[in-house]
Amino acid sequence: MEKKVRVLLAKPGLDGHDRGVKVIAAALRDAGMEVIYTGLRQTPQMIVDAAIQEDVDAIGVSILSGAHMTLFPAILEELKAKDATDIILFGGGIIPDDDKTELEKMGVAKIFTPGAPTEEAIKFLREAAGSRSPKE
Amino acid sequence: MFAGKFLEKIKEKFSSWDKNAEKYRSKKSLPRFFTISGEDINELYTPLDIKGSSADDYFEKQINFPGEYPYTRGIHPTMYRTKMWTFRQFAGMASPEETNERFKYILAQGGTGLSTAFDLPTLMGYDSDQPQSLGEVGKCGVAVDTLADMEIIFEGIDLGKVSVSMTINSPASIILAMYLAVAEKKGVPLDKLRGTLQNDILKEYIAQKEFIYPPKPSIKLITDMMAYCLKNVPQWNTISISGYHIREAGSTAAQELAFTLADGFCYIEAAIEAGLDVDEFAPRLSFFFNAHSDFFEEIAKYRAARRIYARHMKERYKAKNQRSWLLRFHTQTAGCSLTAQQPENNIVRTAIQALSAVMGGTQSLHTNAMDETLALPSERAALIALRTQQVIAHETGVANTVDPLGGSYFVEALTDKMEKEAEEYFAEIEKRGGVLTCIEEGFFQTEIARAAYQFQKEIESKERVIVGVNDYTLENEKIDIPVLKIDKECERKQIAALQKIKAERNNGQVQVLLDKLKQVATDGGNTFEAILECSREYATLGEMCDVLRSVWGEHVENPAAMQVS
Repeated sequence: MEKKVRVLLAKPGLDGHDRGVKVIAAALRDAGMEVIYTGLRQTPQMIVDAAIQEDVDAIGVSILSGAHMTLFPAILEELKAKDATDIILFGGGIIPDDDKTELEKMGVAKIFTPGAPTEEAIKFLREAAGSRSPKE
Repeated sequence: MFAGKFLEKIKEKFSSWDKNAEKYRSKKSLPRFFTISGEDINELYTPLDIKGSSADDYFEKQINFPGEYPYTRGIHPTMYRTKMWTFRQFAGMASPEETNERFKYILAQGGTGLSTAFDLPTLMGYDSDQPQSLGEVGKCGVAVDTLADMEIIFEGIDLGKVSVSMTINSPASIILAMYLAVAEKKGVPLDKLRGTLQNDILKEYIAQKEFIYPPKPSIKLITDMMAYCLKNVPQWNTISISGYHIREAGSTAAQELAFTLADGFCYIEAAIEAGLDVDEFAPRLSFFFNAHSDFFEEIAKYRAARRIYARHMKERYKAKNQRSWLLRFHTQTAGCSLTAQQPENNIVRTAIQALSAVMGGTQSLHTNAMDETLALPSERAALIALRTQQVIAHETGVANTVDPLGGSYFVEALTDKMEKEAEEYFAEIEKRGGVLTCIEEGFFQTEIARAAYQFQKEIESKERVIVGVNDYTLENEKIDIPVLKIDKECERKQIAALQKIKAERNNGQVQVLLDKLKQVATDGGNTFEAILECSREYATLGEMCDVLRSVWGEHVENPAAMQVS
């Protein structure tokens, strides 16, 4: 049997808009993945610690407040510091195209912007998790 | 209104029409006709769909004249012919200086009210220099740390003339206190001030999630402020009970209506319990609804809201003052309906949504800018949004007559249905132990999350078409409208300004007043005056919130409220 994809979803920063993250959580679950939603106002450290603890394939982060250029790099740093860069980091929110390109260059695997179907996220995660080689 | 005989005749005619129509119904039609909230809609509405319409007192009881109980048709007898709705554009970004500039621009372009957006640190009760604020300063609104920032925001604006709305909840008392302190310094008497504070904490637990303290002390903060304003700032709307965010979080129209009114009744009960007289405070309550894209459903929602509220105020809370029965409301078009794809189409969506708010009798209106799924509005986008209201007001003719859709079989039937669904929700909430228990147990949150997911599934299965998103898309679309960027310097400058204030103020006195606030909060006294005293001395918003956190603790969302399906 194929291993189930495990995903940690989180909302970092002060933003409380959780409609998107909950929709994604439900869609990933319906697609047969295991989803852990951490809730609101998680620091990058809390997110990365939880991801390691839960042994997930990917971290999905939702930011609608405009603080994405601060929060994504902080999570990437934290992953590096904890030697966990094998965990896929993806995200979504109100993120302008230029920032999206820059974030993907920094190491965020994928950014989904408003209007993206959940189907896209499911497909992305299946592929990315399938080709992932976890560190021991 | 419709005599029994008349209805009999329509019934006969209806079946012959139905037989004839059958020939035109084909397999080509859509499998289902339903509103944006998922409510099935009939092919045709006639007097037969209006329940109880054969009763002699139907018209008087259900519809009546505008300005008369139960206010289905509007709260004023003459509505927009004598008082146009307020064109109130929500604005606020980056530094206090830039926000002041945008405010002056809005007023110069014919805006008739101001509405202030704060950044997330301000909304969450942190100063710009606290670690939690990193990267968020000035991003989704203006940063306010001390009275000095409020002085800049309202510099050169006559507070005695313009009504000012402020979207702030957990720290609402602090922001209002700073605003009153600005007015005092400008020499504007407090009884001349007009405006609205959002101050609706319940919908924060339910939908927007910008909460600090647990529900009980949060409600105490609100009733403290209400008591102060009744005496000192009599024209101020101390609370704007908001469905907007509930809808944005994904609720249906009926949920928006029911949960918002349930919140309203919860505040009313709290104020009565705090010893306030319903007829004194109720005229200062106002509401805030969303205008989504389903045109008739929205109009029915506003009409039902007025009728339900009037009935409950009169019958359940025994208000005697007619002004206590009036549901006055602000409307904002639906941000969640805007698309990042082909963003110019958002101008059209917003115009239609705004039209529904006007046909539904709103008292004031904010129209969204086309670029709000991309960033804060650019000046050009903000201007088009304001112009949209002006076109509706001056060119379309819809403001010429009161409640132009009153008597439409469809709209009346839909209004009745909305009222019925709201009453069913009230019964359910009551059964579950009331609003606070429902929040704690995640009832509202789960209902909303479920509706949001259902909506998304309908889009993905193409049962629902969103123009430019899942149909009528453009290949390789490149967005080429200008997008506002908040300068990274903004955070650094705001922190520098804050540190300067902290160095120059009377720090001894600030500490004395913060200690006093702590004492008052601990003893259960009225917190508002203590907050006002702190604000006058340039105590920071974060310092005051920290004092209250130390007394009341912080609210943490129950995992039950985080369930997704």
